[in-house]
Amino acid sequence: MVPLSLYLVLSGILFACGVTGFLIKRNIITIFMSIELMLNGVNLSFVAFAAKWQNLSGQVFVFFVMVVAAAEAAVGLAIIIAVFRTRETLNIDQVNLLKL
Amino acid sequence: MTPNLHLWLIPILPLVGAAINGLLGKRFSRQLVATVALAFSGAAFAMSLWVAARFSSLPLPHVETIGTWLRSGAFSADFSFYLDQLSLVMLLVVTGVGFLIHIYSVGYMWEEGGFYRFFSYLNLFMFFMLTLVLASNYLLMFIGWEGVGLASYLLIGFWFTKDSAAAAGKKAFIVNRIGDFGFLIALFLMIKHFGSLDFQKVFEAAKPFAAETMGIGFLSAIALLLMVGAAGKSAQIPLYVWLPDAMEGPTPVSALIHAATMVTAGVYMVARSHVIFERAPSTLMVVAIIGALTAFFAATIGIAQTDIKKVLAYSTISQLGYMFLACGVAAFSAGIFHLMTHAFFKGLLFLAAGSVIHAVGGEQDMRKMGGLRKQIPVTFWTMTFGTFAIAGIPPLAGFFSKDEILWRAYQASWVYWLVGAVTAFITSFYMFRLWFMTFFGEYRGAAGASHGHEEHTNDARARVSAPHGHGSHGGIHESPKVMLVPLIILAVLSIIGGWIGVPGSLGGSNRFDKFLGPVFRSSAPAVNPERAQSGEAAPPEQTTEGAEPKTGPATELIFTGISVALAFLGLFLAWLLYQRRPELPDLIVARFHGLYSSVAHKYWIDEMYSAILVRPLITLSRVVLWRTVDQGLIDGTLDASADSARELSDEVRHMQSGNVRSYAGWVAIGATGVIAYMVWVGTK
Repeated sequence: MVPLSLYLVLSGILFACGVTGFLIKRNIITIFMSIELMLNGVNLSFVAFAAKWQNLSGQVFVFFVMVVAAAEAAVGLAIIIAVFRTRETLNIDQVNLLKL
Repeated sequence: MTPNLHLWLIPILPLVGAAINGLLGKRFSRQLVATVALAFSGAAFAMSLWVAARFSSLPLPHVETIGTWLRSGAFSADFSFYLDQLSLVMLLVVTGVGFLIHIYSVGYMWEEGGFYRFFSYLNLFMFFMLTLVLASNYLLMFIGWEGVGLASYLLIGFWFTKDSAAAAGKKAFIVNRIGDFGFLIALFLMIKHFGSLDFQKVFEAAKPFAAETMGIGFLSAIALLLMVGAAGKSAQIPLYVWLPDAMEGPTPVSALIHAATMVTAGVYMVARSHVIFERAPSTLMVVAIIGALTAFFAATIGIAQTDIKKVLAYSTISQLGYMFLACGVAAFSAGIFHLMTHAFFKGLLFLAAGSVIHAVGGEQDMRKMGGLRKQIPVTFWTMTFGTFAIAGIPPLAGFFSKDEILWRAYQASWVYWLVGAVTAFITSFYMFRLWFMTFFGEYRGAAGASHGHEEHTNDARARVSAPHGHGSHGGIHESPKVMLVPLIILAVLSIIGGWIGVPGSLGGSNRFDKFLGPVFRSSAPAVNPERAQSGEAAPPEQTTEGAEPKTGPATELIFTGISVALAFLGLFLAWLLYQRRPELPDLIVARFHGLYSSVAHKYWIDEMYSAILVRPLITLSRVVLWRTVDQGLIDGTLDASADSARELSDEVRHMQSGNVRSYAGWVAIGATGVIAYMVWVGTK
């Protein structure tokens, strides 16, 4: 039996990786994947707690998160393609027209 | 059922006059301004006479309340008016002399700019003075007290374009403020100890206390602080310095405010608070000593003054000293008697001096006058009566009141009497000096001095010139009737004013003393401290007023004889020095040069105050309060907080980079912080 704490540590590591990637990467695809990483880090802790407390709510939540993530991926990828078509780049530092 | 006399109308009438003239007077003609001012002050006088006529049928003291003013817990103060013998005397003096001076001012100020302003202020002064006199509690009295100070400030600085007048106004106001500070603290102490400021309640509460013969209790403290206030208002040592400077004001103002009425407010207040003072013998002694010293001190300064108004100013201070001396030996009615006669003769002297100044075209220096008795006979004769009255020559007013004070002072201690008698001699001397220098001998002014008024452009009073169709710009000229009539009335009062207080030793019955008796006698403490100190056991019933001297009328007559002799000695000396041998004064000055110059420079008191108090205060204010506290501490704190806020923002605004990822970084750091905190809380 793997103790809960290890799951949580792994979950934290995944989330931290996601955050770090989100902050330091410039490629929009990588950033997108970092977001997915954060979501799944959280998902991991959900299922770990659900198993620990024998409570289905956690698992149900994970499904919700997956659905939202899938929807987000669809919209996000569409935006990325649109951006690439107009700007010929995926570097977000160059996609700053709205910045003052 | 007590009749309602509507006492509140007496002070309100002049206030209405002041408001009308002050608000609308600019558009009025001079005649209308004068009519309004005279009508309202005259109405107050008429009303006072009416009150006096109904006075004997009133139950005394007569109190009329028109409403509550303040209420705070158990303490309350009303708008209420208090009428007894003392306030009636003051009422008649203030409205009567005040009305006469109003009439005189019409003539004196006719050619002046700001005519309506002058009368507005004058009426305002009457309002506050009558409030002071009629108030039935100390708080309302304080309103009047402050108000007359304000009116005095406004009127001293009436010619405010002149620096010295503006400065004199400020000086009067600030010096008075020192006294008012003492008065206020006395009021606080009264609230603390008696729980009220109402005259009747305070005196009822104070009556059970025995005289504080041992040490200083709270009664002594209250009395002493009241005396500080009185010393400020009535120009006593050490706060007298403002009064001579106050002569910068127009002469009617000097007569009304700085001789007849306002400066006597302190005497009135001390007499009104006699219940407290009688229970604080050590304070009474202080009052007597201050009074005697001031009387003597100011009189000596008066000898060497050359400005006719300054002589009268020092004389006023000196006479006020007499009144305080009387109060200090618990002879309150004698003090009030002198207050009244002084109002007559000093008002007269000032007005006559104004008439003289007027006649010689704004000149105030007596050395440039002389020989005026032929040119201005009415002024000369009225001034003569005033001079004889103040010098204490019988049977004029000043003789009776001054003699009464000296006699009562002698009963307390022969030292008081000696100082008073010497002062009486000096008074007689400097007044006759003034008289001889002004009216006798040869005219010493430059021929042109009395002709061209414009030659005195630096002197605002030079603008005083003859009112009413005067082709007489040149030459010395008598004043118009509107100025002479008040002079004559006051001269008559100066002659007969003393007859209501003829002492028993001269075959009179001292009706004035008997009239005021109920006010002062009802409240004496068990043992009169002054008498006790002088080893004279007084029967408890007869301790304060109206007590016939034990030493008998013969002794009193001897003392009367001495004071009359002193008065004539002064007359003789003045005649010798300024009429018979006019070269003598210069010889004396040369002989006693040091003494003379210190007297002529008023003992350098102003310079001393300036060096000891004023300049250190200014330095302290500038260096410590302004540069250090205000600029350094207060401004510094504000500046520093503003600066640090700006510096902090300079640093923090770099967070607002516009870079979305850095915002996300901040969010992450914040979230981390929150989570770390929660974890820390959870594990604790």
